Amino acid sequence: MSNIPADLKYANSHEWVRLDSNNIVTIGISDYAQEKLGDVVFVELPDDGAEILAGDSVAVVESVKAASDIYTPVTGTVVEVNSALEDAPEQINTDSYEDGWLFKVKISDPEELLDLMDADSYADQCAEE
Amino acid sequence: MAKQTPLFDAHIDAGAKMVDFGGWDMPINYGSQLAEHQQVREDAGMFDVSHMTIVDIQGAEATEYLRYLLANDVAKLATPGKALYSAMLNEQAGVLDDLIVYKMVDGYRTVVNCATREKDLAWMQQQCAGFAVEIIERDDLSMLAVQGPQAIEKATVALGKIHGPVANQLNPFQGLASEDWFIARTGYTGEDGLEIILPATAVVAFWARLLDAEIKPCGLGARDTLRLEAGMNLYGNDMTELTHPLESAMAWTIAWTPEDREFIGRAALTEIKAEQAYGKLVGLVLEQRGVMRTHQKVHLSEDGPAIGELTSGTFSPTLQQSIAMARVTGTIKDSCFIEIRGKMLPVKIVKLPFVRNGKKQFD
Repeated sequence: MSNIPADLKYANSHEWVRLDSNNIVTIGISDYAQEKLGDVVFVELPDDGAEILAGDSVAVVESVKAASDIYTPVTGTVVEVNSALEDAPEQINTDSYEDGWLFKVKISDPEELLDLMDADSYADQCAEE
Repeated sequence: MAKQTPLFDAHIDAGAKMVDFGGWDMPINYGSQLAEHQQVREDAGMFDVSHMTIVDIQGAEATEYLRYLLANDVAKLATPGKALYSAMLNEQAGVLDDLIVYKMVDGYRTVVNCATREKDLAWMQQQCAGFAVEIIERDDLSMLAVQGPQAIEKATVALGKIHGPVANQLNPFQGLASEDWFIARTGYTGEDGLEIILPATAVVAFWARLLDAEIKPCGLGARDTLRLEAGMNLYGNDMTELTHPLESAMAWTIAWTPEDREFIGRAALTEIKAEQAYGKLVGLVLEQRGVMRTHQKVHLSEDGPAIGELTSGTFSPTLQQSIAMARVTGTIKDSCFIEIRGKMLPVKIVKLPFVRNGKKQFD
């Protein structure tokens, strides 16, 4: 069974979103997603300062097995990226919710967060796949 | 329901992630494919390859039969213990399968692929008319590959007093029977090591002894990255029924002499060779980030037409960059371009293998 923390929100394309403060969120991929991908070997992150739209493909996580597009679940401005992943992409496998985070966004529309799944709904989705 | 090897429970106990592989439930990894790959390059790892098909060829005309069936010539195998790698061709010189043949005291043992099992067995039966041979599938046997620089030393301990000394006396590419076991110094990783064929009833206990000898289980994921680094073909990817050995980096496995040896596919192959109008398999290295994947297209220039495609592509854990094999036509020198996710990336052409005995083989 994969780990699905209760305090996060999830997108159906397997990204997680953590609300850090009023309008800053951290985004990564779920434990379920990293397990499906297998060993991650490269990560392509968005540029710091990039304006991104919910649903856009903004990053790529590439494993030995496959390249996977990462879609931002929220609209806003990228305010920080996890550059440690450049040298240590395996952090996505070992700790997808902490050290394996991908990027932070200053959100422009907090209402978008209401469209995301809670842990229970996401667990149901994973169980059905 | 997928088939299971006798080690199914042992794999689950070792934390295996199981996948369907040619109708078999097999371990793809036991946590990290990268760690397992490194384990084989630096120490010793073991693979359950019991899904592979073992076929013994016996009878008075076993030699004559195999000399007709295979593109390589088993007459080269002077004494029991010798082995060779060969293609089995159809009349059009398409590769039906690749296999290894061991000469035994009483005939030959062949190991063919799992995905091609039924096709191979039917073909072998069909071609044996007129030869005094018996074709015996050995589904009573299991097979383990123990690979890596420490593999033989560690496996010898696990093999014990009876089988250990046999393993220790083998030269590379040699295989010998030891009672009802068979131990060969062969493999599919580019490292030294053993392939051990043993009664299926003994494999669970032997696996436990190998674990005790600190040999770590490795999955089919690592097996694939190891073999590609070693520049070894994978049947179904790098060659198929629709490709011949000359365009599959297997020219070295065709025994053209003696000239009067008739083998299946020889006539077609002779014509193909005379015309010289075929492609070749080359090794490719991507020097920037990204991973080349099977079926991506190869271009001579950034805006030129495709001249071939990747037959196998992956991330090389040893080299920390992407490597691939591609079948290309026409003249190709030092570099080309691969279309990866909508972008044309330059790649370097190198001689195979990429890695041998843990070391990079190109500049």
